[in-house]
Order: sequence, then structure tokens, then C-alpha cells
Amino acid sequence: MSTRHDGVDPEREATVRALVARYAVHRTALLPMLHDVQEHLGYISRQDILTLADVLNLSIADVHGVVSFYTDFRTSPPPPHRISVCRGEACQAVGCEALYAATLTAYRESVDTEVTEVFCLGNCALGPSGTADGRLLGRLTVDRLTALIPPARA
Amino acid sequence: MTTFYVPADTAARSVGADEVAAALAPFDGVRVVRTGSRGMLWCEPLVEVDTPAGRVGYGPVTPADAGALAQLAGIEPASGNPLRPAYLGLVERQPFLAAQRRLTTARLGVVDPSDHADYEQHGGWTGVRRALALAPDAVIAEVTASGLRGRGGAGFPSGVKWATVADAAGPEKYICANGDEGDSGTYADRMLIEGDPFALIEGMLIAGYAVGAHTGVVYLRSEYPDAIATLRCAVESARAAGVLGADVLGSGFAFDVDVRVGAGAYICGEETSMLESIEGRRAEVRAKPPIPALHGLFGRPTVVNNILTLATVPTILADGGSAYAAHGTDRSRGTQVFQLAGNVARGGLVEVDFGVTVRELVEGFGGGTRSGRPVRAVQLGGPLGGYLPDSALDLPMDYEALAAAGFMLGHGGIVVFDDTVDMARQARFAMEFCVKESCGKCTPCRIGSQRGMESLDRFLAGADPARELPILERICTTMAKGSLCAMGQLTPMPVRSALTHFPEDFAGGRR
Repeated sequence: MSTRHDGVDPEREATVRALVARYAVHRTALLPMLHDVQEHLGYISRQDILTLADVLNLSIADVHGVVSFYTDFRTSPPPPHRISVCRGEACQAVGCEALYAATLTAYRESVDTEVTEVFCLGNCALGPSGTADGRLLGRLTVDRLTALIPPARA
Repeated sequence: MTTFYVPADTAARSVGADEVAAALAPFDGVRVVRTGSRGMLWCEPLVEVDTPAGRVGYGPVTPADAGALAQLAGIEPASGNPLRPAYLGLVERQPFLAAQRRLTTARLGVVDPSDHADYEQHGGWTGVRRALALAPDAVIAEVTASGLRGRGGAGFPSGVKWATVADAAGPEKYICANGDEGDSGTYADRMLIEGDPFALIEGMLIAGYAVGAHTGVVYLRSEYPDAIATLRCAVESARAAGVLGADVLGSGFAFDVDVRVGAGAYICGEETSMLESIEGRRAEVRAKPPIPALHGLFGRPTVVNNILTLATVPTILADGGSAYAAHGTDRSRGTQVFQLAGNVARGGLVEVDFGVTVRELVEGFGGGTRSGRPVRAVQLGGPLGGYLPDSALDLPMDYEALAAAGFMLGHGGIVVFDDTVDMARQARFAMEFCVKESCGKCTPCRIGSQRGMESLDRFLAGADPARELPILERICTTMAKGSLCAMGQLTPMPVRSALTHFPEDFAGGRR
């Protein structure tokens, strides 16, 4: 990847501009654009914020404000594996707090796996629920998670 | 060739429905159709086999059962069945389903959600055809006569909202379907879209025709990837069939639907914050007035309705408003789609008339707790709803009766807890959730929830209730009276209900 002296990655900027070219220039397209950038490039970089601000004629602060408001948008590259555990009330009623704590412990040493909390996956009759690399799992146990994504050994 | 129906519903997939479908498909004489779920979620994956007598259900099944299932093609083996105890018999005779009145969710688990022709064969497009033959104000009159109230939680009369938008001046109006179903314990919007997406499209078409809008926007949360994919596919298919587009069903009326995806913000379930999000902004709530009906999306008159509200409209137009209003109680007409969740033996979707008691739902349909322990608390209406003690379980599901008792129906989510629940911890979570999900626009919600959580932490650490309670009560009052929207106004509801009905959990030194 080539990088100019001012830190701009022209290849990435061209990719982002091409990705969002199908949208009309109106700020209503900002969330769909951010979703597209994240889906294709994994995260939204500082430079992507500048690019989208330019595309939509918005201030950099405005776009940064939107990116930082929503939990989904990440500003650093994602790790290879991602786990989320639901902490909503319906999952609490079937022990998600213990599951979440056990999951955090199981992957404490795993730098390649990110464990996050999530509030409701809409699977409230078959909890506790969570996701492993995007796949939704019901009646979840920490053993099921470690079988799907083995924790790295330190 | 025998048809096997296997749900592609998210909940069914979370316990292995895809693996079951894949194991069944290779057998000779087997045709697999992916449907939504009937809502008997504790039986998922629930496979239905077409027989001359009707659809026979087996559940829960595993991929290892596929061979035995394939041999049952086309027969109804009441006895000597190798698949007992998964054998359920005729699905429609299941007590859980037979005791329901399915109007909004009639096609759930029955039809193929990707096939608009299947939708039509099961009564689809009847409502919109009738609407298009009526004058727009006659359509609104039907909705008003049905007594339909907003299913998102506020319970506002839908006919009144539609009439306000219809009467508003403006070159451009919008229909926004709120599918940001963030309340824990609710999943009916998701199931409806995954199982019967054309019903939502039909409801939006009727709303658009009634108020003079030509654009609909469905806002779905990003946590529902299957629903997003199913709805996008249904919209494409409806366009191809001429149901959406410049000339809806040959009527000359133009209407199209755009599907928008949230990005992980509970607050987007609040209507004005959802509108901000669709406009591409931080989802901070707007002060009301002006109401969205007059000043909504892009400042234009906008109908914002919940998914279930809109999906109920086709049956109202097809069978008439008075037929719908014939069910229910005083000012809560028709049916409500309840969702049994949490520590419940038979969790799932229950659509019945208003007036049913919480106990009938939790104990009758739900069968009590999954753990087998006594029910101690039931949270009604999501994270902003109150916790009911056993003594309140005989309350009827009725907007006014629940409000009079200090509770709310919300979006119909019912979360069951057994006697191991610590209500002080649940109260703390209510505040923690508000800390994490507040949009931050108004101070009572943003700061109040933080201070409320700190107060409850002191309770949990054994603080003297006589000293701590007035502090917490003052925080709750400030939030309830001073917040801009329901998030800050109602977060005190679960906290206060826990304090009122479970005071023993807050006594100092219990831990």
C-alpha cells in the first residue's frame, strides 16, 4: 500500500469514492455509505471520514459525530474473530451475566478475538444468545463458543 | 414429492434449523421450503411435513433425524412413530397455536416469505385492492373504526395519526415503518418481517394511499441481518410484480419502499431519533411539538408506525374495521402480539385478544419458568417497563388498566424471571442501560441515569435505605418529569416498580 508524505492513502480514498458513487449527494446517504465502507474495508478510518465529508459537503466534525454516535461503526481494524454476548433482560433471566463473565475470562489472553456485550439480538425465547463471527447462537454456553472459536493460548 | 417446511427464522437458525434443512434436502422425494416460524420457539427447529391430513410437525429435531423424517414423507403416523417425542401431530391443533387468534400473524410459518404469489394465495393483497377501490378518507375511516392503536408502545390511535397526516398540506409526505425493535424480550417485528414481509409492504401501501404519500421507509436494526435480507428480497419481488412502483396493481397510484439499516443505537426506536438517523445524523431525539405527523422526515408530514401496526392494516381493510374492533376490551380493540421471553418453559409468539391476563400468558401459554422454579417477577414492555410481582399477574392486557396500575404494555414483550432474581440488580441494570443508550441530548436522562446507577451501586453495597432512598427517588422524579423522550421519562419505571414491589431486595446488608 502506498502512502503519501501527508499520510493519505490514495488507493483507499479511491476505493471509498468508488464504493459510495452510487448514492445521490445528500446527507441521508451517510449511514448507508458508512455501512458500505465498513463492510468492504473492515472499519472507518480517519481518512475515510475526511473523504465522506468531502463527498457529501459536510464538515469533518459532523461526519465524525455520526461515526462516534453509533456503536456499530468501528474506527480501527477488526480482529480475526468476534464474539458478542447479549446482556438484555431476557437473557439475564437465563444467566447471561455469568456467561458474559466466563466468556471474557476464556478469551482474556486471545488477542485475535474480541468479546463485546450487545443489547438484544431478538432471540429472547432461546437465550442466552450471542454471536460468533456473525453467526447467531441460541441457548449459548461458553463451551459452545470455545469449540467454535478456540481461545489462543498465551 | 413431499414438501418439508423448515423455518429460516433467526431464532430457529440459532438452534440449528439450517443444518436440519441441509440434512433433509439430499433425500429422494423431499422438497424443502424455508418459511418463517410459527412462534413455538421452544420446539425449534420445528419441521413440518405435508400430509393429506395437513401439516404434521416434529420438533425439536436435529440433523441426525433427517433420514427418519424423510421416510415419513406424506404419511401421518400417529402410532409407532420413530421420531417420538419430537412428533407433535397436526401443527394447527397444537394447544399453543389453537388457543390464539392470529390476525396480524396469520401467515407466519405458513407461507414462503420470498414468494409474493404464495402471499396472494393466502389472502395477500386483498386489503390493498379494497383500499385502492375506496376514497382515501374512507380507508382512514376503516382504520379508525378498527380501534387500532400504535403497537410500538405509545398506543396512539392510528386512524387519528393518519388523518392528521392526510390533512397536512405539503407536496411530499412519508410513511416510516419503525423496525428498530430494541426492547429486550421483543422479537415480533423481526419474526413478522422474516416470515411475512409482504404484509408490511401491503400495510405501507395502504397507509401511503390513505394519506397521500408515495415513499415509504422501513428502518430496521442492524442486529437483524436476516430480516433485512428477507425484506430487501420482498421489496424487489414486489417491484417486479408491479405491486410497488409507478402504478401499484394497475391503479395509477405510485408508491415505493426504501429499506434503511440502523447502526446499533437503542434510541432509534424513539420516532424522532429514528427520523434523525434516516436523515443521516446522530440519532438525537427532537423536542415535540412539532409532531412528526406535521413535521417529520425532512420536515415533511410523516406517518411513523410500528411494523406490527402497519402489518395489521391489511387484515383490517380486507375484513373491515368493525370485524377487527369486535375483539378486545373497552379502548384496547383487536389483538395484540405478545412475546414470551426469558426464563419461560414455552417461549414464543402469542397473538390473542386484548384482555388476556399476564398470568394466562406466563403460566397458560408459557408453562411457567424454564428452570422449574417459581415465577418471581415479570417485566412487561421492555427495558423501560415495570416489573410485576406475582400479585399483579392477574392484570388484564389493556392499555388503560395497565397504566392505572403503574405498568405499560409497550411492544408486548413479556420477560419471565424465577425466584433467583435480585431486583436491586435489575433496577441497577435499568439505569446502566440508560447510561449506555441515552442519546445524550437532555441532561435529566444523560446525567440522571449515571447518578441513578451510582445510587443503586450504593444500595448493592449495603447503604442504609433510609438515607439512599430519597436520593434515588429525587433522581427518578427528575428523569421522569424532565426528560425529552420516553427513554429518560420511563427508565424510572422499572426502578420504581422494583422498589415498590420487591422492597426486601433493597434492604441494607442483605448481601
